[in-house]
Amino acid sequence: MSEIKHIRTPLARVRGRGAARSGTEHFWHQRLTAVANIPLTIAAVFILISLLGRNQAAVAQILGSPLVAIIMLLFIVSITAHMRLGMAVIIEDYVHDESSKLTLLMANTFFTITVGLACVYGILKLSFGL
Amino acid sequence: MAETKAPAARPLSPHLQIYRPMLTMMMSIAHRITGFGLYFGTLLLAWWLIAAGSGPSAYAKIEWFAGSIIGRLILFGYTWALIHHMLGGIRHLIWDAGRGFGPNEREWLAAANLIGSITLTIVLWIVGLLAMGGPR
Repeated sequence: MSEIKHIRTPLARVRGRGAARSGTEHFWHQRLTAVANIPLTIAAVFILISLLGRNQAAVAQILGSPLVAIIMLLFIVSITAHMRLGMAVIIEDYVHDESSKLTLLMANTFFTITVGLACVYGILKLSFGL
Repeated sequence: MAETKAPAARPLSPHLQIYRPMLTMMMSIAHRITGFGLYFGTLLLAWWLIAAGSGPSAYAKIEWFAGSIIGRLILFGYTWALIHHMLGGIRHLIWDAGRGFGPNEREWLAAANLIGSITLTIVLWIVGLLAMGGPR
């Protein structure tokens, strides 16, 4: 055995994250979803405008059609993932009490997943006509 | 464990109130506030999508809300927040690419962010109201 120069495992050294435990995932996922949000938001706004003034049956039929439903599903997954990251930054910036911060960060995850799944449920119900 | 002492009264670094308001600062704050608003606005999106799948009476309720004065104001604000946050996001992506940091560029970008979001919101609402068969 060669002499031990440091006590970190080889895997930890390769990951190179030190004591921070995590790397640039937050920043990267924020940008990844931000880029995805641009075309998806434009598409969703056009879909919404094209549905204005139509009755429920027509809206249900158009929203449940494959292309529109898939665009809306992508839109919802991307925006809810993006807003979870964004709200986490706001909480970390302004809430300094450790227990309040952890509670709010948990509530943030619960809210974004709940509202995201509610939207997904709405679209899938339209698509499959349950 | 010993009782923790009250923190010493150290000088604090200057915060918002000491700076002259600047457009770039205002647009940075607006980016965060619009993001915060859009977060809760997704509840309306969920309501709309579920109502559309629940039948005519459920859909009539959200149509009534969207057509009311309060509803219109909320939706107009939501449209502006969405467009403003998207354009602000594009501004951030330009910065991520290492561009747009010059003294003139950043002022120009901040102004374009604001003017662009207001203009696009008004255009979208004119198109939307026309799609609904004119203002009512």
